[in-house]
Amino acid sequence: MRDALRIALHEEMERDETVFVMGEEVAYWHGTHKVTREFINEYGESRVKDTPISEMAIAGAAVGAAMAGLRPVAEIMTINFAFLAFDAIINHAAKIRYMFDGQFKVPMVVRAATGWGMQATASHSQTPEPIFAHFPGLYVGCPSNARDAKGMLKAAIRDDNPVLFTEVIALYPKPSPVPEDTDFTIPIGKSDLKREGDHVTLVAYGRGVDWALQAADQLEKDGVRAAVVDLRWLRPLDMSIVFESFKQTNRAVVVEESLPHYSFGSEIAAQIQEKMFDYMDAPVKRVSAADVPLPFAHDIELMALPNAQKVVDAVKEIL
Amino acid sequence: METQSIAVEREKLLDWYRQIVLIRHFEERSLDLYHEKKIGGVYLHLYNGQEATGVGAVAALQPQDHVITAYRDHGIAIAKGVDPKYVMAEMFGKKTGTSGGKGGSMHIASAEHRMWGGYAIVGGHLPLAAGIAIKARYLHLDEVTLCFVGDGASNNGYFHEALNLSAVWNLPVIWLIENNLYGMGTAVERASGQVELHKRAVGYGMEDGGRIDGMDVTVVYDTVKQARDFVIKNGPILIESMTYRYEGHGVSDKIFKERAQEMAKWRDRDPIDVLAGHLKTMFGDDIEHELEQIRLKAEHTVHEAIEFAEQSPAPTYEDLFRNVYVE
Repeated sequence: MRDALRIALHEEMERDETVFVMGEEVAYWHGTHKVTREFINEYGESRVKDTPISEMAIAGAAVGAAMAGLRPVAEIMTINFAFLAFDAIINHAAKIRYMFDGQFKVPMVVRAATGWGMQATASHSQTPEPIFAHFPGLYVGCPSNARDAKGMLKAAIRDDNPVLFTEVIALYPKPSPVPEDTDFTIPIGKSDLKREGDHVTLVAYGRGVDWALQAADQLEKDGVRAAVVDLRWLRPLDMSIVFESFKQTNRAVVVEESLPHYSFGSEIAAQIQEKMFDYMDAPVKRVSAADVPLPFAHDIELMALPNAQKVVDAVKEIL
Repeated sequence: METQSIAVEREKLLDWYRQIVLIRHFEERSLDLYHEKKIGGVYLHLYNGQEATGVGAVAALQPQDHVITAYRDHGIAIAKGVDPKYVMAEMFGKKTGTSGGKGGSMHIASAEHRMWGGYAIVGGHLPLAAGIAIKARYLHLDEVTLCFVGDGASNNGYFHEALNLSAVWNLPVIWLIENNLYGMGTAVERASGQVELHKRAVGYGMEDGGRIDGMDVTVVYDTVKQARDFVIKNGPILIESMTYRYEGHGVSDKIFKERAQEMAKWRDRDPIDVLAGHLKTMFGDDIEHELEQIRLKAEHTVHEAIEFAEQSPAPTYEDLFRNVYVE
């Protein structure tokens, strides 16, 4: 997925000279996650900008540059540091178009690595996409594989609205076929059926899709056919495939890497009960991280996190 | 001075007088309208007392230059050329306002005037100013960004990050601190270790533009005009303009009246009187007749703005959902 993201960025910088990248260590370090490898050699310092360690200024300057007519792709090293930039993203990027009634547009992308790492500990192991998705004016997306990563990032850069684009660290090394077409994009807000099934609907995004797909493999051995829907975008949220699937399965389990309170799972469950009540045969189950800050010790770190087995267990509870 | 250049100078000073008097009257009437509940909401941050800083600084710019400020923004928008009637309509929450009634007093912007807005999170607009200035460097444009900064904003993290970034990238930004001595109710000396705020420039390796008399529009103009040339060639500058607000921080401020003695001292250096003094020194006392005409015109303009605002329609249910995104 790392290469797919790099190719996407590269193609968009080739296509449009107003696209530039900025962030901590994006130039001579070649990106903390190596997504901007070799960019500095190709595009130079005017389009590949190392910044000071200044998340507020990175996000805020991206807002200003975007308002002025450029297309900044700002990298926040990990989503955990985006809390420092929360004001610039939420109070400014997301609100400027509305607050000034359409006088400005803010075509910026904030890229941020997300998810739990190898014992990265509590302050460095979060997936707070749902918090950002709470706010109108911003789009929030998170791809689950390399193909989607390329198509979604390109669409995000081309879009005239501000986008928070998160990339699951654990998925960076994961390969999958990627279309070579330089105009291949996946529209913002388009969900995807990753696996067909008519017994239960598994709803996920990002890393959760992996766990759902693994769980579906296991369940198949027991004769349970699980559909897996990848929402891809938390905002705009496309529930059409989920509802379509739910009408057949009448059961759903939401899989999320993040915390359970006021979460992605809460929203999906709420929407299913509001709109699909007549089709419900069982409560919507949620598989989330444990409701604790993530610890360092690997044994208990793993206990805190979702996995395929937890998804299988949740499905069996409602079959 | 040759006759022609004297005439130009005269017209320039009269134009500043026109703007300052207009803003003064606009702000004084706004306060009345707030108390009459025609301007709604809980926020109204007035610019009276500080007009010389805004008018002088904006006058020193070229038309292609950018202006951005905080929530004390009406006067600066008017100085940048926005018609007062659209500003007033915004404060009334009307569809014809600069932001269609969605922004209110603290969010006055006009894209066509390159007035990028008032912003209500203290310091939040500083990195935006830096970002706007990135474009000038990126595309090699002769454009500067003038960013008004309150003394209070100089103490939060945005100030540090944005000024440092602008220095590292040599961005053409004029950081103009309007030091009106108080961040809300807290005096600068109780909030800032270094009370001469312009000296912070040194910490960023940035040009220190010094501390200037913000009550004299000619001083502000001359300083910012030089600063414009400087930042295009060299990168950012930090200037501290000493000024005073005649009303509280906002309409909720109940303690500013305790500072009556201090206020009286500053009123002795009122921007309108200071400029009228210059005009009379240069062109004789007879000019008073012209100044009187300007003051009457300002009253008329504000009166018309209020009528326009009152007669304008409110935004609709459709407007509620419009412009959340670029569709």
